Amino acid sequence: MSVSVSNDALHQFLLRMGDNTLILGHRVSEWCGHAPVLEEDIALANTALDLIGQTQMWLGLAGEIDGGKSADDLAFLRDAWDFRNVLLVEVPNGDFGRTLMRQFLFDAWHSIMLGRLMTSADDRVAAIAAKASKEVAYHLERSGGTVVGLGDGTEESHARMQEALDYLWPYVGEMFASDEVDAQMVAAGIAPNPTDLREEYDALVGRILTQATLSIPESQFAHKGGRDGRMHTEHLGHLLTQMQWLQRAYPGAKW
Amino acid sequence: MYAQMVKSEASNEDPEKLAEFQARIDADIKIEPKDWMPQAYRKTLIRQIGQHAHSEIVGQLPEGNWITRAPTLERKAILLAKVQDEAGHGLYLYCAAETLGVSRDELTEMLLDGRMKYSSIFNYPTLNWADIGAVGWLVDGAAIMNQVPLQRTSFGPYSRAMIRICKEESFHQRQGYDAIRKMAEGTPEQRKMAQDAMNRFWYPSLMMFGPSDKDSVHSAQSMAWKIKINTNDELRQKFVDQTVPQAEYLGLTIPDPDLKWNEERGHYDFSEPDWSEFFDVIKGNGPCNVDRLAARNKAWDDGKWVRDGLLAHARKKQSGNLAAE
Repeated sequence: MSVSVSNDALHQFLLRMGDNTLILGHRVSEWCGHAPVLEEDIALANTALDLIGQTQMWLGLAGEIDGGKSADDLAFLRDAWDFRNVLLVEVPNGDFGRTLMRQFLFDAWHSIMLGRLMTSADDRVAAIAAKASKEVAYHLERSGGTVVGLGDGTEESHARMQEALDYLWPYVGEMFASDEVDAQMVAAGIAPNPTDLREEYDALVGRILTQATLSIPESQFAHKGGRDGRMHTEHLGHLLTQMQWLQRAYPGAKW
Repeated sequence: MYAQMVKSEASNEDPEKLAEFQARIDADIKIEPKDWMPQAYRKTLIRQIGQHAHSEIVGQLPEGNWITRAPTLERKAILLAKVQDEAGHGLYLYCAAETLGVSRDELTEMLLDGRMKYSSIFNYPTLNWADIGAVGWLVDGAAIMNQVPLQRTSFGPYSRAMIRICKEESFHQRQGYDAIRKMAEGTPEQRKMAQDAMNRFWYPSLMMFGPSDKDSVHSAQSMAWKIKINTNDELRQKFVDQTVPQAEYLGLTIPDPDLKWNEERGHYDFSEPDWSEFFDVIKGNGPCNVDRLAARNKAWDDGKWVRDGLLAHARKKQSGNLAAE
């Protein structure tokens, strides 16, 4: 394996990690000032803040190995086809139930993934994972607790959470897809094969959703196209329009 | 200042108890929730702390307006942290108010149906990115003028909340100044944004202190009780004196042709804001009043199923625990 190929794969892998946290952080931050209760405003802002902080680390490292670009260059100056986040994180917030269900489904994967990355052969990756995993453990505890509370709450909250799960479940499978990039990461000892995380994920998610009295949809169909950039949802372009506006409208300005 | 024109109540209670109460305040002994206090003291404080808390909550909206458009990841993170702090301030303040015998839900309902107010400043829009700097620098700067002395206020829980809040507010003001400084030193377009923000936020910031209170009986009572420490005019003057050199450093023009240093007074002379505009805003006719309240009402109404669901779950767990015992 040549160094340049390996660097390219590592770059793709880092974009996948950083774009997930960037796009989800953006979505969660849209709640600011509009949450159902003050404690949730605080918790959502805190989650978004953690995710943006993680983005700075992942995209910072991605930019470093991509000819000295900055994390901001990558966040604000790429078009949709260059984004490598899973589709799950770019779907619109919907109601609070869908937002928290999406958070839980992502947090569960994120916590397992980061746990493995802490022993990455690449020290830089391991260091970011070690820092992020502490934050994500808290995210998972909170989103899991809220999913249980709302799933096993009133008839209405149960129905809304089941609807959220039904809507989001087809976006779960993409987090466990594997391709050539993953194969190179596995070969270099940098990251695990996502497919191998599925069993642990299913056990974790199954346990929480059972407590929440919710039923996992039977269909195993999975949308794809985000993590390899082949086909994002229509929603990503609108998100980027908003996020990148100032940088695009005033090129070269320092903020 | 996040509580404006708080009307204080007259007292007609046992003169001996009132005198004893006043003596404690004069001796700088804090009043705690379980201590006797005049009804009027209690009511005035509920209004003042409640209004301050509501201001923190509604204040999330004009700043939240720019989180998704923040121009760098660092600015986005700073703004998120700031807005999160503000929600946290709301939480401490509601807790302080609750010690006076009013629940957070009651206060929230009074905000949502318009019986209680929040600071007039949050009825102004944030229209360009420099506004976020201006809000930190001018609006938080004005708030700090009022809040620093309130750390010494007579009511213990309010004083302690203020001590925590002031630490965070001074960070907010610094980041605001830093953000607008970057703009003022930036491209011609960025300078234009900074000046535009200055032009729109200057007079509304001066209004935050409220109209001149030299003839107000209510202010005199609140000052005797040490729930108001300085007059509105003193604080406004202090704010102007502090801000003018900062604006000069930035190369921004304060939109007041009559602003000038008065050697004799040792203070800047400045123009009063348009008080008819202020009273319009207070009455609900500011640029954003309707939208701000609608946004808060929508958040509350849309969130009802969430609050109900979590409460129902907590009750199920509690009865499950009881059954298991």
